[in-house]
Amino acid sequence: MAHRVGMEVSIAISHAVQMCRAEAIAAYPITPQTHIVEHLSSMVANGELDAEFVNVESEHSAMSTCIGMSATGARTYTATSSQGLALMNEILFITSALRLPIVMTVANRALSGPLSIWNDHGDIMAARDIGWIQIFVENGQEAFDHSVMAFKIAENHQVLLPTIINLDGFILSHVVEAMEFPDQELVDKFLPPYHPRYSLDPAKPVTMGAFAMPEVYTECKMGHQMALTGAYEHILQVWKEWGDLTGRHYQPVEKYRTEGAKTLLLTMGCLSEVAEVAVDEMRESGLEVGLLKLRMWRPFPFADLRSAVAGAKHVIVCDRALSLGGAAPPVLAEVRSALYAMRGRPQTSSFVIGLGGRDIAPNAFKEIVAQALEEAQQKPTQEYHIFGVRG
Amino acid sequence: MDKFGYAQSQKFDTYASRLMPREEYFTSGHRSCQGCGEALAVRWVTKAIGKDAIIAHATGCMEIVSSGWPQTAWMHPWIHVAFENTSAVASGIESALKILHRKGKLKGAMPKVVAMGGDGGTTDIGLQSLSGALERGHNFTYFCWDNEAYMNTGIQRSSSTPYGAMTTTSPPGKMSIGQHTQKKNMTAIAVAHGIPYVATASPSYLFDLYYKVRKAIETPGPAYVHVLSVCPTGWRSATDLSVRLGRLAVETAVFPLYEVVNGKYRLTVEPPKIRPVQDYLKPQGRFRHLRDKERALIQKHTQAQYELLLQKCGAAYPEFPVISETEEETE
Repeated sequence: MAHRVGMEVSIAISHAVQMCRAEAIAAYPITPQTHIVEHLSSMVANGELDAEFVNVESEHSAMSTCIGMSATGARTYTATSSQGLALMNEILFITSALRLPIVMTVANRALSGPLSIWNDHGDIMAARDIGWIQIFVENGQEAFDHSVMAFKIAENHQVLLPTIINLDGFILSHVVEAMEFPDQELVDKFLPPYHPRYSLDPAKPVTMGAFAMPEVYTECKMGHQMALTGAYEHILQVWKEWGDLTGRHYQPVEKYRTEGAKTLLLTMGCLSEVAEVAVDEMRESGLEVGLLKLRMWRPFPFADLRSAVAGAKHVIVCDRALSLGGAAPPVLAEVRSALYAMRGRPQTSSFVIGLGGRDIAPNAFKEIVAQALEEAQQKPTQEYHIFGVRG
Repeated sequence: MDKFGYAQSQKFDTYASRLMPREEYFTSGHRSCQGCGEALAVRWVTKAIGKDAIIAHATGCMEIVSSGWPQTAWMHPWIHVAFENTSAVASGIESALKILHRKGKLKGAMPKVVAMGGDGGTTDIGLQSLSGALERGHNFTYFCWDNEAYMNTGIQRSSSTPYGAMTTTSPPGKMSIGQHTQKKNMTAIAVAHGIPYVATASPSYLFDLYYKVRKAIETPGPAYVHVLSVCPTGWRSATDLSVRLGRLAVETAVFPLYEVVNGKYRLTVEPPKIRPVQDYLKPQGRFRHLRDKERALIQKHTQAQYELLLQKCGAAYPEFPVISETEEETE
């Protein structure tokens, strides 16, 4: 029987990894993901998890060691944040190109400089194009569920792609929440032991990581692209299976009170819960506002997004990262591209919120909606607003 | 005669048939330069390693010449990830083998874990991940193919390039004599990690090489083997001189062959009479610009370093070359 627990979300993720019987973990300390790997290392030390835990000397080596582990055939996990993800960057591309089903939690944190340990999405947006499956979660239960599902998605022989579960650093990772944990038997049934398609085995030697001449490089990238976009249906299949087992169903684009909404807020991560409060209040005051929560970031759910905005006049995209000097903040850029070809597409507005741990309360979303609606009457004066910035 | 003609030849049968394995694990058809000492080293090291091994290789000459998709020269399970992280990759392989063995998913003997990289990938960009892996005590052997510069990218200097050598980024000129720093002592750095086995080796001394590889592979815990790999392309030397240059490096004490077992140094090849360093420098175009002054400095430095090593080994002093006073005076 599933049971209710109350615990810090980071610790819940380490329990999810334990229940998935991860076999190999390599990690390097960085705030705010530390609690996850600390608890995993104590599980290994106490014999509660039969795994090899390697304390590497950098995040670059963490991902490299994970590659060695996964290529040898072990179920492999790691976690990182911010500078750590940035240091891994070179290897992240190779991990996905080698089609190794490593699962990584990213406790999202701002990138330096100036140095900030607090939360935004700058780290993962800088790693947008690494060719991994990338999912955002909103609360502790989602963090747990998606950590389990990530292994099943990644290890599917039709997918074989590394997977990142993004959760907001501190404001989600360090929060104590009530969650429902499934029984070990359920997880074991859901997630069978990992059988690699290829591994480093002297009985069946293979060469991994060969280099590509111009004649084949493009085809390799095309294959990778097809694998990532093709992962979409398998992700949905795994989510459905989990939903049938637990009653918790997930969608690439989650909708909250979107019925008849003319204006839609779009958020990612745990600020979505804050936005829900604001939407409730605005609905009470008669505003036809709804909320879209973008859960699946890679592969980008184009069709889901288009159908979710159908009927709306205005989509207000709340980014938690900047693209300095670029056309638009990262999420807006994707959303606009997705909507561009759509007949009768809604207008878009863009607000960059909550950078480097700047707190966002429900009132902020109300102000954002009010400002966006006001500007919609006029000619837009700027491409996007950095909300709440002091001039 | 089969495709491995050399191994089947009469000479091989006469001298080495009972001593060296005939199996080839680094096969012919790869794209290394003519006279490549490194390819020779890889061929014999992989023979010594034997079949049951997994190899992680850093980006570099040996990776590029051997693994252009869809071909491979490697008969071992082999993985290349990036330049600076091959020790970390090997750490992961070793850890995964341990857990898979513990869980009964891996039957039989544990494969040996081997990491390989060039001098750039070892002494410069890969030093951190190597140090981490040695410190953590993974059961693996690291081979550094030291051709004393970034040959793959076009002969740029590394921290393993010897004093005075000309490279494309340490060119001699009015204001420079070429590489103006001394070669990094990578074996001493490896020894400082307190690992059980460290050695230098050379494909010009095959039996010494073979013995050290076996010892390194069979030693539980981390082992480090530093292999001098003569590079005619980068050293500007004749392609038929590679084996000879490897021997001259030892005979002039520029690259002594020794091993360090649990911190205890031992010279494995002891030339009774050390040849003048000029014998080694002269056939190499990369030293062509040096004047007597710099050659004398190299002679002095080489002897001083060798004496330090002899003291560590507790070995007898050989006969050193006489440095003429006139050369010193010209400084």
